[in-house]
Amino acid sequence: MILLPCPHCGPRNASEFRYAGEASTRPDPNATTPEEWRAYLYIKNNPAGWTTEKWFHRTGCRRYFTAERHTVTNEVRETRLPAARLESNS
Amino acid sequence: MTRSFFSRNGTRSGYQKQARYSAFDLFRRGLSGAEWPRAWRSRDPKSSYDVVVIGGGVHGLATAYYLAKEHGITDVAVLDKGYIGGGASGRNTAIIRSNYLTPEGVRFYDRSVKLYENLSAELNFNVMFSQRGHLTLAHNDGAVRTMRWRAEVNKLEGIDSEVIGPAEIKNLVPFMDTSEHTRYPILGALYHPPGGIIRHDAVVWGYARGADAHDVHIHPYTEVQGIDVENGRVHGVRTNRGGIATSKVVNCTAGYSSLISGMAGVGMPIGTFPLQAAVTERVKPFLHPVVVSGTLHVYVSQTDRGELVFGASVDPFTSYSTRGSLEFIEGLAGHVLELMPSLSKLRLLRQWAGLCDMTPDYSPIMGVTPVEGFYIDVGWGTWGFKAGPVSGEAMAELVATGKTPKIIAAFDLARFAEGRLVGEKGAAAVGH
Ligand SMILES: Cc1cc2nc3c(=O)[nH]c(=O)nc-3n(C[C@H](O)[C@H](O)[C@H](O)COP(=O)(O)OP(=O)(O)OC[C@H]3O[C@@H](n4cnc5c(N)ncnc54)[C@H](O)[C@@H]3O)c2cc1C
Ligand SMILES: [Zn+2]
Repeated sequence: MILLPCPHCGPRNASEFRYAGEASTRPDPNATTPEEWRAYLYIKNNPAGWTTEKWFHRTGCRRYFTAERHTVTNEVRETRLPAARLESNS
Repeated sequence: MTRSFFSRNGTRSGYQKQARYSAFDLFRRGLSGAEWPRAWRSRDPKSSYDVVVIGGGVHGLATAYYLAKEHGITDVAVLDKGYIGGGASGRNTAIIRSNYLTPEGVRFYDRSVKLYENLSAELNFNVMFSQRGHLTLAHNDGAVRTMRWRAEVNKLEGIDSEVIGPAEIKNLVPFMDTSEHTRYPILGALYHPPGGIIRHDAVVWGYARGADAHDVHIHPYTEVQGIDVENGRVHGVRTNRGGIATSKVVNCTAGYSSLISGMAGVGMPIGTFPLQAAVTERVKPFLHPVVVSGTLHVYVSQTDRGELVFGASVDPFTSYSTRGSLEFIEGLAGHVLELMPSLSKLRLLRQWAGLCDMTPDYSPIMGVTPVEGFYIDVGWGTWGFKAGPVSGEAMAELVATGKTPKIIAAFDLARFAEGRLVGEKGAAAVGH
């Protein structure tokens, strides 16, 4: 991967970004068992194919966004603002 | 003895008993031009095996070898989707050492070093283990403290390991810049004399040949596409060459291990990251020990052929791609020159990548899973080549006896659900 399109800044060199892991839903800490919490922390899908993940534009807008990337070819088919951000903005 | 190994149509004409390699044999075949028998046989997969090992790298082959040799379980198949040793086992930088941080880790890797020390004789295959010493540099107070901690844990476990200062480092590696005017001055190093490098392909080939001699079947180009699990038990695997019934499957697929465990319905705390390495043209021997710098994210050793082998940290995001990147080479070259400015005229010949199965605590995952008959030997990340022999030995014992050997007990999968991580980051993050 050479370029990654930031939803704010447009295509930028991939080295400007920090990979922030697979997108996952954080369980309610008050309503989960320790085992469920640890599964959320540690267990990964780690697919060989399309995956939805979080990225941080470290040396640009310094905002998090969501990307859909193919982990075998490293092709990126979509980047977008996280759902939570979209809701709070609207 | 000039019998051809293949019949005219290219299929095997019959297996010639394995040659015992020796100087005399080399001399004799050199004179007569006799062909060498193949190191291991190729054959069609059977429809069932007692044990199916997935992954033909050092871990899978060692497991199969010790199953047959130590436990008499020879109805074993090793399946690999590519050629034997084409995974990380054929792509690593071959550093062997045991100076880890946790007592569990130190004991475990020490057993592996001991097995490696005797491996050429054991396998009748020269694995070229060169115990030339291993230096981990410290560039700040925090690193010095970790080195001292490691040295004390190491010594308690009987491992030769000590912290040395810049003058002693300069003695061991005269052209290293140990001055105080660099960006990250070298304050000291953890020195581990028994550490070194090995011929990684030879280890793989030696175990494959050794397993074959015990009648283990080795099947390259045999891709596992599914695992049959019923009522919580393994019943077989599905491959591109047909189904194989078995009640015991061992997952030794490193970077691909999430995919294989996924086929059995077992979730894994693993992310697959590429790790790159590079090699220079050959020069006369001048660098004796292996040199590692965590701060500079770089390590270097000189092979017996004279090339310098460089490595660094894993790529910054997960991927199953084994392409190299310009960014890696740029960063690497800069850091190498900070350490050893005199290398600036050396030319790089190649760079490559292999896949690393990274765990949250930088420790492997070995043992049973919630699926009966489905065992894992994974999570080897950037440091697992050195563990091939001891893992093979321990996994074979587990599969054969059903009891988890003490030496791997701390590395079970259940530790993640139970919150008992084995933190090795301090010793494994860059220093493979
Ligand atoms: C650049 C680099 C440098 C490294 N340096 C060091 C080092 O200095 N010291 C050290 O100790 N370790 C090092 N490592 C780590 C070490 O190489 C690995 O941890 C180790 O080789 C893993 O061995 P393995 O047998 O478990 O896996 P591998 O050798 O990766 O074998 C796994 C096999 O599984 C096969 N497979 C995958 N999917 C399937 C399927 N569906 N069906 C059938 N087969 C399948 C693959 O084809 C592969 O051959 C390094 C790794 C890399 C990439
Ligand atoms: Zn941006």
